[in-house]
Amino acid sequence: MTAASAPAPVTEAPPDPVPVPAALKRAARRRRSVPYLLLLAGVVWLLVFFVAPMVYQASTSVQTGSLDTGFKVTWHFATYWDALTEYWPHFVRSLVYSGIATVLCLAIGYPLAYTIAFRAGRWRNVVLVLVIAPFFTSFLIRTLAWETILADQSPLVSFLNDIHVLDATTWLGLTEGHRVMATPLAVVCGLTYNFLPFMILPLYTSLERVDGRLHEASGDLYATPFTTFRKVTFPLSMPGVVAGTLLTFIPASGDYINAELLGSTNQKMIGNVIQSQFLRVLDYPTAAALSFILMAAILAIVTLYIRRAGTEELV
Amino acid sequence: MTTPSTSPEAAGDAVRLTGISKTYGSFTAVHPLDLAVPAGSFFALLGASGCGKTTTLRMIAGLEDPSSGSVRLGGRDVTALPPYKRPVNTVFQNYALFPHLDIYENVAFGLRRRGIKSVKQQVGDMLDLVQLGPLARRRPHQLSGGQQQRVAVARALINKPQVLLLDEPLGALDLKLRRQMQLELKRIQTEVGITFVHVTHDQEEAMTMADTVAVMNAGRVEQMGAPADLYENPGSTFVANFLGTSNLIAAEVTGVHGDELHLVSAGQKLTLPAARCRADVATGDKVLAGVRPEKITLAHRDDEDAIPAGRNRVQGRIVDSSFIGVSTQYVIDSPVCPDLEVFVPNVERDGRLVPGAPVVLHWNPEHTFGLDAAQDIEAGIDTDDEPDAGGAAA
Repeated sequence: MTAASAPAPVTEAPPDPVPVPAALKRAARRRRSVPYLLLLAGVVWLLVFFVAPMVYQASTSVQTGSLDTGFKVTWHFATYWDALTEYWPHFVRSLVYSGIATVLCLAIGYPLAYTIAFRAGRWRNVVLVLVIAPFFTSFLIRTLAWETILADQSPLVSFLNDIHVLDATTWLGLTEGHRVMATPLAVVCGLTYNFLPFMILPLYTSLERVDGRLHEASGDLYATPFTTFRKVTFPLSMPGVVAGTLLTFIPASGDYINAELLGSTNQKMIGNVIQSQFLRVLDYPTAAALSFILMAAILAIVTLYIRRAGTEELV
Repeated sequence: MTTPSTSPEAAGDAVRLTGISKTYGSFTAVHPLDLAVPAGSFFALLGASGCGKTTTLRMIAGLEDPSSGSVRLGGRDVTALPPYKRPVNTVFQNYALFPHLDIYENVAFGLRRRGIKSVKQQVGDMLDLVQLGPLARRRPHQLSGGQQQRVAVARALINKPQVLLLDEPLGALDLKLRRQMQLELKRIQTEVGITFVHVTHDQEEAMTMADTVAVMNAGRVEQMGAPADLYENPGSTFVANFLGTSNLIAAEVTGVHGDELHLVSAGQKLTLPAARCRADVATGDKVLAGVRPEKITLAHRDDEDAIPAGRNRVQGRIVDSSFIGVSTQYVIDSPVCPDLEVFVPNVERDGRLVPGAPVVLHWNPEHTFGLDAAQDIEAGIDTDDEPDAGGAAA
């Protein structure tokens, strides 16, 4: 895909009045076709693994029937409406949970990425490896680990009870009684933990590119360290903030493992609904319709967000 | 080696450094240094890369903490103040313009940070001063190097600092643009009357712009003075070689006659005014006799009789000549020195002066200066490792 910039030098060949030998013309044509050849693998991959399943699912979503009688395309768009009216609380819950998780990831990830980029010195690579280290174990195992951490009799939960933090979160509706497992807090914690590296890495990449001399220039121009952060560092890291929040929010809103393992039936997210429709209820049209609604919702939110963040203005 | 100071609290000093030094571990970047910059002057810190000049500048700005000593600005001790509380502004070597802000906002940055709301008039005036008014809404990356440089100057100057610090501000520009910006900076300095402290490795730049030049070498100030004074009366071999070119001849004192020292080098007699000799010498001592290449007249040996009496003469043979337009530069092999340099203005060119020709070099003894022979005669020759013309910016 990166070959897209390659044709530039070829296209600026000036109109030449002198007749060009045929061999040269052939060579030029061959050179012009190279970028497309390089794109071929990617395009085929996208066609087979993205476009084809999308078309297939789109058709599934307007089919009616049952597993026994077989599904037929009947252009039954009412499935969408039915799915939405029945499962809208799950949509809202998914977006709220993943939204909170994204904000938490930003709050935790930004200071960390900032420290790695500007303060870590020779430990920089070690810390980066530590950030990625959780990926060496599977997503499922990591989430199961949180089951242990948040279990009712675990040291962490006992400690939180002792200092009465859980009373506060229960009052806020994030936990129930003296437990954390099977509450919104548990699901949000799991999401935050699992998607944190997706936030840190893009943030780090864009912070690392911020020239340290700009901090000096800002300090020289009467900006306190905090103002320097607000007016120089943060605006310059916006590409990382946007990339990080998208990479966290999008997969988190479709996630079902965290809600499955750390939540109860009251914390089911839209991913859980889709999963059970596909694999247990075997209502393929509803599952497909739900998938498309989720995709449309995310697309709308992301478009709005990028408009607001205005990243295209940043270099 | 130190500045001539009138009184410890001289009100006329914009910057006063007292015993300021900087060490990184076992490396001493700046040796304890005293420096006074008179208010309203264009002051240059000149030296090769790594001589401590930028570190000195950064200590004035507050970007480096001195290991010892104090920094006073206009009589106020600012040693402990962070950069954002110091009444100085810096033009950085790479300009360090904010890429996410347009030119207008870059220039307005300092004013806004000090809570000034109506900046329009001031920013407009400042952009006019640096002739960038029409480009106010451009982003820094859309500007050429020279334009970015002017934005950097405007962004610093608009704050009306007590002192403007310039860290190799012209290093990234090509030779022609650099000449133009030298004059421009000088014009702006005269116009606004703010004290400029300019760090550079380019001796020509320092001499063109500055009223006072301090030549730094290995973390110390070697010599300080007006450009012409430094050039004519270098106090050390480093200054003699670093500032322009000098011919240094190792000689022995044969006698002191009134205010003249008589010297001999490889059998050739030379005269040196005692007042221009930096070393305290007596008969029999060694001394380095120096003369600038443009002070020397070159005559073919056949014309030796026509040379007026009383001039210093050295025999030699032309090794190399290069024609550079306004003058021709000759390298002369002489018994006193194997590579004497002579710059002859191209007024009337003598066709006999070609490589291999025997010549007599002669000059007015008044133009001879004497230096302590205990120094390294080559000091300051190869230290200017940065290319003279071209992008040396990191």
